[in-house]
Amino acid sequence: MTISLKPSNSPQEKLQPTGWLKYLSFSLDHKVIGLQYLVCGFLFYLIGGSLAGAIRVELISPLSDFMPREVYNQVLTLHGTIMIFLWIVPVVNGAFGNYLIPFYVGARDMAFPRLNAVAFWLIPPSGLMLITSYFINGAAQSGWTAYPPLSITTPAAGQIIWILSVLLLGGSSIFGGINFIATILKLRRPGLKLMQLPMYCWAMLGTSILVVLSTPVLAGTLILLSFDIVAHTGFFNPSLGGNVIVYQHLFWFYSHPAVYIMVLPAFGLVSEILPIHSRKPLFGYTTMVFSIMGIVVLGLVVWAHHMFTSGTPPWMRLFFTIATAFIAVPTGIKFFNWVATLWGGKISLNAAMLFSCGFIINFVLGGITGVALAQVPFDVHVHDTYFVVAHFHYIVYGGSVFVIFSSIYHWFPKFTGKMLNENLGRFHFIITFIGFNLCFAPQHWLGLNGMPRRVAEYDPQFQLINQISSVGALLMALSTLPFLWNILQSILYGNEAGDNPWNALTPEWLTSSPPPVENWEGEAPLVLEPYGYGEKNSKNTQESMK
Amino acid sequence: MPKLSAILTLTSSLILGVGGVWIAYNVDMLPVSASMNAPVYDELYRVLFIIGCILFIGMTALVIYSLIQFRRRPGETGDGIDLEGNISLEIFWTAVPAIVVLFVGLYSYDIYDRMGGMQPLMHDHSGKMDNQAERVWGGIGSGPIESSSRTNSSSLPIELTAMQFAFIFHYPKGDIISGELHVPVGREVSLKMESKDVIHAFWVPQFRLKQDVIPGQPTILNFTPTKAGNFPIVCAELCGPYHGGMRSNVIVDEQEDFDTWLKENAKESI
Repeated sequence: MTISLKPSNSPQEKLQPTGWLKYLSFSLDHKVIGLQYLVCGFLFYLIGGSLAGAIRVELISPLSDFMPREVYNQVLTLHGTIMIFLWIVPVVNGAFGNYLIPFYVGARDMAFPRLNAVAFWLIPPSGLMLITSYFINGAAQSGWTAYPPLSITTPAAGQIIWILSVLLLGGSSIFGGINFIATILKLRRPGLKLMQLPMYCWAMLGTSILVVLSTPVLAGTLILLSFDIVAHTGFFNPSLGGNVIVYQHLFWFYSHPAVYIMVLPAFGLVSEILPIHSRKPLFGYTTMVFSIMGIVVLGLVVWAHHMFTSGTPPWMRLFFTIATAFIAVPTGIKFFNWVATLWGGKISLNAAMLFSCGFIINFVLGGITGVALAQVPFDVHVHDTYFVVAHFHYIVYGGSVFVIFSSIYHWFPKFTGKMLNENLGRFHFIITFIGFNLCFAPQHWLGLNGMPRRVAEYDPQFQLINQISSVGALLMALSTLPFLWNILQSILYGNEAGDNPWNALTPEWLTSSPPPVENWEGEAPLVLEPYGYGEKNSKNTQESMK
Repeated sequence: MPKLSAILTLTSSLILGVGGVWIAYNVDMLPVSASMNAPVYDELYRVLFIIGCILFIGMTALVIYSLIQFRRRPGETGDGIDLEGNISLEIFWTAVPAIVVLFVGLYSYDIYDRMGGMQPLMHDHSGKMDNQAERVWGGIGSGPIESSSRTNSSSLPIELTAMQFAFIFHYPKGDIISGELHVPVGREVSLKMESKDVIHAFWVPQFRLKQDVIPGQPTILNFTPTKAGNFPIVCAELCGPYHGGMRSNVIVDEQEDFDTWLKENAKESI
């Protein structure tokens, strides 16, 4: 049985505004929601980036002279919270997940379109609430980790707004996770097996399992923390008999998987981009699937490696060391498979490809320092220092954000029907890559030599390296300009892209650009070999059922 | 042809290996080492750095080589080779990282043990009789095994109270209170720490040691300074607006100088 509705007959279309207005509406179309996530996330990225700029300006001199110390702590708290909860998580999951997953499983929309719209519309108000807390009574100033008792003793208003905002964003994330699991498992087009899905589906399935299992733990923890703040209960308040270490366990039970929630979808996106631009099949599909699931399982049992200098008994430290280090194995498999995907290809050195390869190089460095940090004796020296700041940014900026840019260059023609300017894109990549490495590579040295993180003032011997880092940050900020110019210019005057400018096989390219409501004019295509590239391949890689 | 590629692979791996070791031995990014477990730490650091250099340079070279070698030349059409997988290659690059990770894990366990991390932490209760043994959590134990063979009584007990935004050291022997930590060279120090308000962390980069100072949960840190000098004590856990300014010094003296300092400052005669 097939349902083939012409878009003009779609009941959705009649109820929804058309044109630009639909992006400001409670749209139920997964593509509109995906782009809402993307643009909203990017606006928050600009805010979070400005905050990062303020931090780097403060650190140009060893004295606390650019802003008051309380404000500095608010800025670093907002920077972390915005970048994680309002930029990377919503974009790698919400934006690309919503746009691509229904195409990949051959569906006309997500399983729960209304839940989907609710999940998105939770984000702008909670983000605005978080930012306005700064103007009301000062934002939270206990870092994005909000460790008690600091979070209990700093001004309550900002901290409570922070908790409320993170709870709403966590709720949004859980709604999205449930929706992705249901869509991938239940809305697959008949005849399409799980092991024939594009890799991004597997990444989103794994990520959504992590979201659904671990985010409720964070929610519960933050509710208890808010009780401690407003009702003066003593869950985590040591002066009332509470235990501050319990909070850290509960917090990291979510927040370590949160790192995988930020990078696993990025792994999936790279697995889509590399085969298309190197004209080769994805190398080692099956091992890629198993390594994603391996990362999901291991990712749930490594949280205490954030607590090696808190109170942890020796056996626990050893268990978490070994478990953490072993994540390097499935992750390593993915990286070798990507390099093997490039090997022997016909590689187009366009912006999407360059950002993906930049991701591989940055993430390998972040992964190496990650394995080092997992070792207890190594960690007790560099924990809570700039070494960790460097490691973390190599993972989430050098990793996830590079992939977000790569994905925008790759899917922009599908989103808008227009091509981006490749030369501007390559220029954007070069400035970003140099700026990023100039900003974060020297921070490894800072951490090893004695500069703790989250400080507004530091030992003057670190001034030169901090200034180099700030120059890198300036380059990163400037690199946004050619990107924004490229986007605006291409939307208005870009070359027509056509339906399938990359000559790709995955189903989102087998429809018009931009795609119609409900995705295909007729029947959804059945793509059994999404990576059927390669010269010797004479098989009919796709068939459309009539 | 396979012979040539085998030779090329072998030579490039050799260059990579030797290069990695050379870089790790010639690029020194660590501060002075001034405690007994610092040289052990530096040994682990060196091994991790060698493995890291080889992996990073190797992967980067592979990516850049692929991008240049397999780039689409102008006018070229068509696809790359139809290569979907290779079981033996995939087994190889699953097994090798697994072995490397296992080696690193076992090695760092050995380092951890040599730093004394696996020794049970004991805290002398100075005569107080509690029904329950006090729960003390702590970091690395008493330093390299060699030093721990000495009797526990020879270690110098010092109490640290951390508060926003200062470290206060208390020497039970002589009842001295000091804002700076004075310790003699070559003697084990047993630092019992507790915080008055929020979580702080005691970190001496030159000792390669860090331990959180937690309210409501005493922690203990044992170390043996090996070098006379003046080293920074840094708070490494965000503790409020003046977190960056929460610093002190550890002054490592020769035994005689330390004894003089102790005598001069003691409130009661020792």
